[in-house]
Amino acid sequence: MSSETPFGACPVPFTKNDRVLLGHGGGGQLSSQLLESVFLPAFGNPILNRLGDQAMLELPPGRVAFTTDSYVVTPMFFPGGDIGRLSICGTVNDLAVGGARPLYIAAAFILEEGLAIDDLRRVVESMRDAAREAGVSVVTGDTKVVGKGSGDKVYVTTTGIGVVPAGVNLSADSARPGDAVIVSGTVGDHGMAILAARQDLGLQGTLVSDTAPLNGLVARMLVAGREIHALRDPTRGGLASTLNEIARASKVGVEIDEGSIPLRDEVKGACEILGLDPLTVANEGKLVAFVGASHAAAVLDAMRAHPLGRDAVRIGTVTAEHPNLVVLRTVIGGTRVLDPPHGELLPRIC
Amino acid sequence: MKHLDEYRDGRVARALLDQIRAAVTRPWVLMEVCGGQTHSIVRHGIDQLLPASLELVHGPGCPVCVTPLEMIDKAHAIAQRPEVIFCSFGDMLRVPGSRGDLLTLKGHGADIRVVYAPLDCLRIARDNPDRKVVFFAIGFETTAPANALAVHRAKLEGVANFSMLVSHVLVPPAMTSILQSAQNRVQGFLGPGHVCTVMGFAEYEPIAAAYRVPIVITGFEPVDLLHGILMAVKQLESGRHEVENQYRRLLGRDGNPAARALIFEVFETVDRKWRGIGSIPKSGYRLRHEYRAHDAERLFEVEDVRTNEPTICISGQILRGLKKPHDCPAFGTACTPQHPLGATMVSSEGACAAYHSYRRHLGEAAR
Repeated sequence: MSSETPFGACPVPFTKNDRVLLGHGGGGQLSSQLLESVFLPAFGNPILNRLGDQAMLELPPGRVAFTTDSYVVTPMFFPGGDIGRLSICGTVNDLAVGGARPLYIAAAFILEEGLAIDDLRRVVESMRDAAREAGVSVVTGDTKVVGKGSGDKVYVTTTGIGVVPAGVNLSADSARPGDAVIVSGTVGDHGMAILAARQDLGLQGTLVSDTAPLNGLVARMLVAGREIHALRDPTRGGLASTLNEIARASKVGVEIDEGSIPLRDEVKGACEILGLDPLTVANEGKLVAFVGASHAAAVLDAMRAHPLGRDAVRIGTVTAEHPNLVVLRTVIGGTRVLDPPHGELLPRIC
Repeated sequence: MKHLDEYRDGRVARALLDQIRAAVTRPWVLMEVCGGQTHSIVRHGIDQLLPASLELVHGPGCPVCVTPLEMIDKAHAIAQRPEVIFCSFGDMLRVPGSRGDLLTLKGHGADIRVVYAPLDCLRIARDNPDRKVVFFAIGFETTAPANALAVHRAKLEGVANFSMLVSHVLVPPAMTSILQSAQNRVQGFLGPGHVCTVMGFAEYEPIAAAYRVPIVITGFEPVDLLHGILMAVKQLESGRHEVENQYRRLLGRDGNPAARALIFEVFETVDRKWRGIGSIPKSGYRLRHEYRAHDAERLFEVEDVRTNEPTICISGQILRGLKKPHDCPAFGTACTPQHPLGATMVSSEGACAAYHSYRRHLGEAAR
């Protein structure tokens, strides 16, 4: 982009806009203003500050892990997080559960004309804080503005790069009969916080999203036990979807003890009122681990020693019986299949 | 969680199971009337834990399941009109009519909205004065007061652009219809807990007396259901046939007279067709003449719809307790929750959908 004003052209008057204008995405002076007043102060680092058309990266040895995700959550601010924090944590977590050390993030913003600059700044600063927490740098990005009514305030797409150290081999198809199934904490917190934050439901209270970067927790786990076969973060579709995905990919059965699944009382209560199964509700700061039985206790101890794994608990076991199915032992001693949810009746939650 | 965990307590459940096992001396067939009870029984695996000689059959009390295809097709015809905002409870959206479901219509541009309470529709109607807001009022006696209240308020407050497509059904006539059948197998009922919070249970006493069947009004949590089963078994074993109330924490014999008064102010009893079963006399509600200005069936002249129900489906026999889901050749093959062929597969409260979702891990014999 050009920082000069060509001779004879009418310079853009220096104004302080408090709203995003179409011109902020035009690549001209308004774009520069936004970059310099909002993005660079938050994300600035030697790679980004070069403001090239691309980021040039030096990667440590190992396999490169690469992922992308778009975030469209409404409302953009919710108890426990916002779209900014979510957009960093979600992508960091997708790298982390592959055993990768997340390093660099690219962030693309689609802004709706009329968005308050202060709201954008809040989102960006929240991304900055989450990136610091996760130890990643935002090294390149893009901003476009769409006309009022063509978007919903702000959409963020983040792309992440990380490196998997030698000797780490996590894969969804690697769960084996006998593996312990461990969850890192209470489930359903994020999805219910989003639902409660929507005004039309009239549910207020102490429901708080669990949005958090899990790479620190994963690093501790990998040190504690080499027999971790699969990790996954149960986001959309919740614990039920994740368990089914692993069961199918690994062609094994999974047995879960319903009574052992950690649930907050307020999540349980809100789900009861709305007729939702908390096991199908999204999480943004939890993971499920499939760990060889002999390493399960060590991994569980390591998880509990980390703030994001304090409530970690073993909830079940992988079995050769009923391959591709997740079977729940109910609190009263019966059994049933735990299916992934059929579809999504609720509007966007992540 | 208080008032919930205590009714899902494994120790209490096991103690009740022991009492049931001790009480049963010969084969009995009980029917749980409500879809919510069926769902809970299958979801918690309760029937797997009962003595083999005690059989539970699943009743007709799933309102989504028994809403006749004609009514669903009518709803779809109304929802497709450009001037209409069509409001429905969420679980009706996936229910197939003769051609597609409401979710598909929504994808094609129909303005279809999920509401949690019928009164929400009045707000939508006020916010959209140039549109016609229609609520699909289905359900048993449980949902009738809230639906009645919405129409009552609309009339009182002059919300002229609000109307209701009514397809209400009633439990006692359905039970009577089952008991009158020559093929009936049901010897005792777990009665509908939530229906009775509104209606009370006095109207079940003549049924228990005339057909000599115990009826135990029962809740929906595992401990409720096991307690209800135990009470029914004790009656059967001792030759009694009374109406008993297991769900005392929520209801008494008289139910909720204020809610009933509102129902009868707005609705009148009418013959209704039930999907999979057919017409049952005096088994439903329609809006009274005084509320005709809010009756969507009158306002939108929907032409006689030609319905197309698959012939292979045995849901009518399942809803009357004559057959189980796995007796059907289409179960789990041609007919699944994603592509339901009939009533009992369409809602999560339907017996076929519950079996399909929750017990695919059990062998053929264990089903």
